[in-house]
Amino acid sequence: MVSSHRKEPNYLAVFWWLVGLTIVEVGVIYLPLAKVVINILLVGFALSKVTLVAMYFMHLRFEPVTLSVIALIPLLLCVILVLALLPDHVAVRHKIAPTPHKSVIVR
Amino acid sequence: MKAAVEPTESPLIPESSGKLGMWIFLVGDAMTFGGLLAGYGALRYGSADWPVPSEVLGIPLTAVMTFILICSSVTMVKGLAAIRRGNHRRMRNFLLLTVLGGLLFLGLQALEWTELIHRGLTLTGNPFGSTLFGTTFFVLTGFHGAHVTGGAIYLSCIVILGVRGRFSGENHNQVEIAGLYWHFVDLVWILLFTFVYLV
Repeated sequence: MVSSHRKEPNYLAVFWWLVGLTIVEVGVIYLPLAKVVINILLVGFALSKVTLVAMYFMHLRFEPVTLSVIALIPLLLCVILVLALLPDHVAVRHKIAPTPHKSVIVR
Repeated sequence: MKAAVEPTESPLIPESSGKLGMWIFLVGDAMTFGGLLAGYGALRYGSADWPVPSEVLGIPLTAVMTFILICSSVTMVKGLAAIRRGNHRRMRNFLLLTVLGGLLFLGLQALEWTELIHRGLTLTGNPFGSTLFGTTFFVLTGFHGAHVTGGAIYLSCIVILGVRGRFSGENHNQVEIAGLYWHFVDLVWILLFTFVYLV
């Protein structure tokens, strides 16, 4: 499961990438861009940083594929959870009034 | 006699079962954070008066906190690399720097919380808009802070074991497992920093 004699990754390069992405992330929120564009950029940068930490610091890049599959399970479940909550968000955003039930309609 | 089919993955051995156990724990923990973040999103987008986080929370301070956690992740991997080469002293120093990074992070978080509480943001009150902003902020950052505290204690125990000569170039599995936990704490903060402070 573990190969302790593998070549050591360049941790300092990963560090500088993480610092650089964090600086860009903070800078992005002050850019005169549409909110949705800023949010997409922020999520993209965050996922890039998370991938770097998982691949190099947590050594997933050098581990068997099974371990990466195990690590991806929470991400998959979170996506399902967000998708399940999405209709509710849309309903609240558009202020959809609940349809009155037939039995309570008074003529 | 050579096996007919070569295994594509090395078998689960006692040295790696601890690591697998930590990964399974982290998966469970990630789902807890995922649930909290999804709940945060649902409450935020269902609220009409949610404040803009970057206008209420201190972004420069939390950017520094992020930098500190990233630095502590580097010292953690450097400590692991040192013990892989059998260098006890270097491992101890790097792990102590990691613990120091964690404590510094907690100190800055305490400073941030104190400042926000003085400005009226509490678990049940928020002068800037929706009350749930304060509730979700303190629950999410507090839960993460508890993980940092646990990690600092865990790594301190690893340092003590290291000083007692428990680890060597061939026997450093516990250091690697502790490292996994610490990097996970860093990974979660990266997400919290983006979703709670920046988005």
